[in-house]
Amino acid sequence: MSDNIILLSHGAGGKKSSELTEKVFLKHFTDPALLELNDMAVLELPPGRLSISTDTYVIDPIFFPGGDIGSLAVHGTVNDVAMSGARPIALSAGFVLEEGLSIADLERIAASMARAAGQAGVRIVTADTKVVPRGAADKLFINTTGIGVIPGNLEIGGGQASEGDRVLISGTIGDHGIAVASSREGIDLTTPVVSDSAPLNGMIGELVASLGSDIHVLRDPTRGGLATVLSEIASHSSVGIAIQESAIPVRDTVRGACELLGYDPLYLANEGKLVVVAAEKAHEEALRIMQNHPYGSDAVLIGTVTGERPGKVVLNTLMGGTRLVDKLSGEMLPRIC
Amino acid sequence: MKYLDEYRDPRVAKALLEKIHGSAGRIDREIRIMEICGSHTVSIFRAGIKSLLPENVRLVSGPGCPVCVTAMSDMDRMIALASPPDGTDTLVATFGDMIRVPGTKTSLEAEMASGADVRIATSPLDAVMWARKHFEKSVVFLGVGFETTSPTIAATVLKARKSGLKNLFVYPAFKLLPPALVALLETPDIAIDGFLCPGHVSVMLGADAYRPVAARYEKPCVIAGFEPIDILLGISNICDQLAENKHEVANAYGRAVSNGGNVKAMGILDQVFEPVDAPWRGLGTIPASGLGFREEFAAYDAIRRFGLDSVEAGSEPKGCACGEVLRGLMDPPRCPLFGKACTPDSPVGSCMVSSEGSCAAWYKYSS
Repeated sequence: MSDNIILLSHGAGGKKSSELTEKVFLKHFTDPALLELNDMAVLELPPGRLSISTDTYVIDPIFFPGGDIGSLAVHGTVNDVAMSGARPIALSAGFVLEEGLSIADLERIAASMARAAGQAGVRIVTADTKVVPRGAADKLFINTTGIGVIPGNLEIGGGQASEGDRVLISGTIGDHGIAVASSREGIDLTTPVVSDSAPLNGMIGELVASLGSDIHVLRDPTRGGLATVLSEIASHSSVGIAIQESAIPVRDTVRGACELLGYDPLYLANEGKLVVVAAEKAHEEALRIMQNHPYGSDAVLIGTVTGERPGKVVLNTLMGGTRLVDKLSGEMLPRIC
Repeated sequence: MKYLDEYRDPRVAKALLEKIHGSAGRIDREIRIMEICGSHTVSIFRAGIKSLLPENVRLVSGPGCPVCVTAMSDMDRMIALASPPDGTDTLVATFGDMIRVPGTKTSLEAEMASGADVRIATSPLDAVMWARKHFEKSVVFLGVGFETTSPTIAATVLKARKSGLKNLFVYPAFKLLPPALVALLETPDIAIDGFLCPGHVSVMLGADAYRPVAARYEKPCVIAGFEPIDILLGISNICDQLAENKHEVANAYGRAVSNGGNVKAMGILDQVFEPVDAPWRGLGTIPASGLGFREEFAAYDAIRRFGLDSVEAGSEPKGCACGEVLRGLMDPPRCPLFGKACTPDSPVGSCMVSSEGSCAAWYKYSS
């Protein structure tokens, strides 16, 4: 390719499009189903119910400490598919590229997606590319759709929490939110925070294999953070959730950055953390499984599902007081003072 | 985490709470303590402090959130800057909280969506950077804030002058804290027993700034930081003073606040700005409570540059009780719009917009 940026002709369906597909995408996406270059992929699936999820990734900056838009697009959808207890199997990838995007950046992202998919054990089996004029998109947007298969008769979902269940989290909260915010705003943190972006399907697979129907809810606290996810679970299951501030793990650097910017770590996005609501009798085993997994080594018990104040999350503060925790409203913005 | 964990230590909190219960128990009536600053309001809610205080100790939120006290007339003019009357190509730079505050007809957020160049800054220096990058535009920074924020904006103006930047302007909607305290205490029906004074403003002002207020109105004024222990220390000191019938200025934030304040920062502020009468949402116009450009810096004044004096001043939204809330006359849930027509997702009044607004804090942490 003589040029090094995306041109409108790369999306016109002609020679330039083929050139881009061959020299960027096929170099990294090597699944046999995709290499057939049909408009669809034909897959053999194991028996079970299908879990399907789609998400579109739009992030500024596209490269951030600990990840990039490509690995995020794979991890995000793999995790969403897995939150039903499913084993993710395959992904599609749709790209909207802005005219002028550096081809080197695109290739770096494609390579990162391929790496992330390999690490998660999912196949990228079909893809599509469109190019839009400069200004009509911000560098690139990626849509990924994932499918997975739910083994057995698992009924895992936001409405399954019941009184007495325990609430667990797989590690520190807010790392992704602060990594992206500090990178975007050019805030120089003494100890840099890297995104926690990671595939959670391995840990989930081990949890459901060992504990099956004792796992009631699985959620990844992405946008809106831990607070929003717990509020949604409390609301969907019509239960109360009581959490302990002292138990919720937050890195010192993240806490410091939150103080600086006026953010609440409970509302910061995470891309590699798992919230598990498990039956009381199974929670210690669930915690052990999480702690033995590389992405859950800091897993802790943070709270209990109660019969009080259905639909509400109550935080017991460090000071010994209580307060309610609601869903995120609007967008978190840096405060004035 | 050093300098943070010490101020969140549950054992220290327990001891302070016992002390507060002891002092308050010696006072046979309701004690109303006003936390002037929105950052205090949010910290109080986040730490669950209200649920731990004696029944007769009541915390009342005051007018210390700069977004909340910005008058509708200023809001309308700031929004007009996004598409100024003279057709100039402008870039409006502002701290994030301001973009969602409704004006009479629209908001900066709505103007942004319609194509106006409104950008969220994390520092006034962002505006300098944008002014250097966009010579074709007039870059206007919205100067909203108390003594904490205004010196950095004054320094930014000095920097712009030194570097010869001709396309950077500031809309001066700054507020000064001491005149607001006086105005509050002169308001009929306000029953405030003492003030919890904001740490960051006091770093600039110094403890001495509160002495005339404490002496003249016989109200304890205690400066406190924003960590839970700082706040409990402040409340404890006020209760002790009330129990002993004292009304002094005390500094419970000695690690940051001196008696004289930050003389250098206040000097920079004084070099660029001078006190002017200013309109406050809910409090009306308070003499010498705002800052305007000194004549020699008039070239940086967005109000003069864009003829914003001619923008018609709008009225407060119907039914909105932000004024009463800001004066401590009404708790947010008593406003007829609270949680119904007015929520953080579709705010009617500024107190529900700002992350440090009383209504937003009540809605978020206790509804």
